[in-house]
Amino acid sequence: MDTNSENKTSFFHRFRKSRLFWPLVALALILIFDAIYAPGFFKIGILDGHLYGNLIDVFNNGAPLILVAIGMTMVIATGGVDLSVGAVIAISAAMGAVLINPAFGNELISNEILTQNVSKTPLPLIVLANLGAGTACGLWNGFLVSRAKIQPMVATLILMVAGRGLAQLITNGQIMTIYYTPYFFFGNGFILGIPVAMYIVAAVLLLAWFLVRKTSIGLFVESVGINDKSTYYSGISEKNVKLLAYTFCGFCAAVAGLILSSYVHSADANNIGSNYELDAILSVVIGGTLMAGGRFSLLASVIGAVVIRTFTITMYTIGVPANALLAAKAVLVLLVILLYSEQSRRLINSLFEGKKERRDA
Amino acid sequence: MAANNHEILRIENISKSFPGVQALQNVNFCLKKGEIHALVGENGAGKSTLIKVMTGVEKPDQGRMLYDGVEMKIKSPQHANNIGISTVYQEVNLCTNLSVAENILLGREPRQFGGKINWKAMNTRAKEIMLGLDVDIDVKAPLATFSTAIQQITAIARALEISSTKVLILDEPTSSLDVRESDLIFQCMRKLRETGVGIIFITHFINQIYEVSDRITVLRNGKLVGTYDTENLPTISLIQKMIGRSLAEYEDMEKAKQDPDKQQVLIETNNLGRSGTVQPTDLTLKTGEVVGMAGLLGSGRTGVAKLIFGVEEPDTGDIRVDNQPVDKHSPHESLLRGIALCPEDRKESGILGDLTIRENIILAMQARMGWFKYLNKKQQYEIAQKYIDMLNISTPSSDQLVKNLSGGNQQKVILARWLATHPKLLILDEPTRGIDVGTKAEIQKLVISLANEGMSCMFISSELEEVMRTSNRIVVMRDQEKVTELPGDTTEHNIMQAIAGAD
Ligand SMILES: Nc1ncnc2c1ncn2[C@@H]1O[C@H](COP(=O)(O)OP(=O)(O)OP(=O)(O)O)[C@@H](O)[C@H]1O
Ligand SMILES: [Mg+2]
Repeated sequence: MDTNSENKTSFFHRFRKSRLFWPLVALALILIFDAIYAPGFFKIGILDGHLYGNLIDVFNNGAPLILVAIGMTMVIATGGVDLSVGAVIAISAAMGAVLINPAFGNELISNEILTQNVSKTPLPLIVLANLGAGTACGLWNGFLVSRAKIQPMVATLILMVAGRGLAQLITNGQIMTIYYTPYFFFGNGFILGIPVAMYIVAAVLLLAWFLVRKTSIGLFVESVGINDKSTYYSGISEKNVKLLAYTFCGFCAAVAGLILSSYVHSADANNIGSNYELDAILSVVIGGTLMAGGRFSLLASVIGAVVIRTFTITMYTIGVPANALLAAKAVLVLLVILLYSEQSRRLINSLFEGKKERRDA
Repeated sequence: MAANNHEILRIENISKSFPGVQALQNVNFCLKKGEIHALVGENGAGKSTLIKVMTGVEKPDQGRMLYDGVEMKIKSPQHANNIGISTVYQEVNLCTNLSVAENILLGREPRQFGGKINWKAMNTRAKEIMLGLDVDIDVKAPLATFSTAIQQITAIARALEISSTKVLILDEPTSSLDVRESDLIFQCMRKLRETGVGIIFITHFINQIYEVSDRITVLRNGKLVGTYDTENLPTISLIQKMIGRSLAEYEDMEKAKQDPDKQQVLIETNNLGRSGTVQPTDLTLKTGEVVGMAGLLGSGRTGVAKLIFGVEEPDTGDIRVDNQPVDKHSPHESLLRGIALCPEDRKESGILGDLTIRENIILAMQARMGWFKYLNKKQQYEIAQKYIDMLNISTPSSDQLVKNLSGGNQQKVILARWLATHPKLLILDEPTRGIDVGTKAEIQKLVISLANEGMSCMFISSELEEVMRTSNRIVVMRDQEKVTELPGDTTEHNIMQAIAGAD
């Protein structure tokens, strides 16, 4: 009995020290709020053999954000930041839409042809172009940061601004609607009742996890974020580590672009993926990775993204209008920063420790 | 005389533990006015921790502290400053891109009416302070342009300026200085002693302890061994008290055996140079030999090391490794060629504080193996444990973050990182900086035994004794230039002369 309770304490203790603890606390707080004020929030139903409901939405709808947060984690861990992910989403989406569109190549065509459920390019090629374009953007960012030695915030700001212009160039300034149904699979499809987007997230997360834990890349990324000079002196090519992180982030944004354009059936260069950079950074911060770089946890960032999505959907559910959403988010940011500050952590830790002592006594 | 015996600081029964480590256990300590009190002990003995407890950085688990006869709880370093305890910590934190004056007076700048900084008054004041310490420099120049000694003195000046200092604590202020520069610091200290300041001085240099201190307190494994009058404690018993055994076993250390028939040329530099750091230099390193590099700070020794290791690219000349010309210069390339460098500034370019000891040790090895061959956890732990044992790194486990180690133990971790790569050439730039006497001798012994197995070693050190003890050949540098090469059995006098430039 005694040892049992001791085990429990040590498990709880370990859990409390783990990186997932605080993000999960944040998530729990929001869910508790939902349980009280929006009980309908938790309803999960089955429609046409598919799961649906707010909780499924968090993942399905939240897939692009989760993906971008995974990439952003790698970049932030190296001590950088990528402001261009929103723009990269737009570029990736534009690439897909243009290749699908029969108008590709400036032929004179009628509305009738435009809205046909056909594609000029085979689907695998479209997907490849989506991903390739985004990955190239990431490579570009990585090049600016690692070789041209431009500060990450400035370097990625360039693409953040220019990227949407680039996307407009690709789409010829039009909002392109997609009518090619096979393309909808990524954002709207279901396999075994579970959204396809969730499988894609799982695959990317698995890839990232493999890179980070089964190769030395994770160690090198943390090392660069902690002290890039020491890392360089240790014989690690710190430039290539940064290049890889930004490229991977570009890739993640590209996948997000694919899912998002597939979900909304269109590519709107100006609006698709807007504010994703901020949400992604916030997800990573909620996940406990320091903006200064260093130690990181992919899973914690994923939970961070889920927190943001849950929060957003909760706000909609309780009827906060879309234009007030930003203000609500600001409050969330403030809460997170307060919760994570050194002082409040010490306070909370001392509460836990105090409790333990009393029990010991 | 009675006033001189007055106690300014008294520590009673202090204990402090960190997870897995009892850093201090029932330690008593007392500092008198106008004395220089040496605080000594092995790496990880608890010296810095004792300092941190005295200055409010760490809270003791138990014990009390009397300041000027009154019991006192120091709440924070700020508080310590305000009551007259000034400290220069082991890891100096100055802003090298600010001027000397700004560094000294940061946060206490003289203001004009309306709150604007009075730059003129500030520079004048800084100049006065530095002159008071017998240092005449341009205080408007950025700190980075000065030698480590001047930077160290700036840190002391800052500590002195903080308040009417009664207690000055110096944690290894001379560890990165050469003889001449250390003398500067000692002058300062003696001057302050005359004005009645009590000084706590931490060092691993035995001769320095005898040079300036009045009393010595020895710590071992977090426990007090005792406090002694310097004049009554012979060196041998001091070392005995510090490391718990005598150093005699190292006295008869033999240099690496040289066998010209078996030795091959490993590194050859031809006119190798880089403007601003190293004049064109010819240098040859053979397998199985230890080459010492002597010279003052700034004489270009570190510059040569950086060129050979590829941290910086040369402007002139070339390097041949194993008879192959080197065309790509980078630490990564050097690592692949079997060259290793333990850099001199461990905080800036050595340790990764937020990684564990294990991760720090396997880092270079992993860098050589590349991205996709990842040592598994078991192998990592084995390698880390091997070097923790070999170098006596004092830590509860290899999962400890390196930033939680004592300064000397951090230095050992970097050494371990490079030893783990089994290099053909190991360049050691001040490897024993901040390392205790016992371990220092062990590292020297290790280098010699590796050389006997065929490794080549370049040993850069400001301690002549150590260079002479280990080297088969000694290269002397002055003003960024190699001035001469001396045989390993040369006299200290000869080296000094070559360094100073007298023919
Ligand atoms: N923040 C910390 N967390 C955990 N352990 C610590 C921490 N600070 C110090 N220690 C441990 O306390 C012990 C004493 O360390 P301390 O820095 O006082 O040694 P030291 O005598 O100054 O050694 P050195 O000569 O190497 O500077 C060491 O074992 C060290 O690892
Ligand atoms: Mg110390």
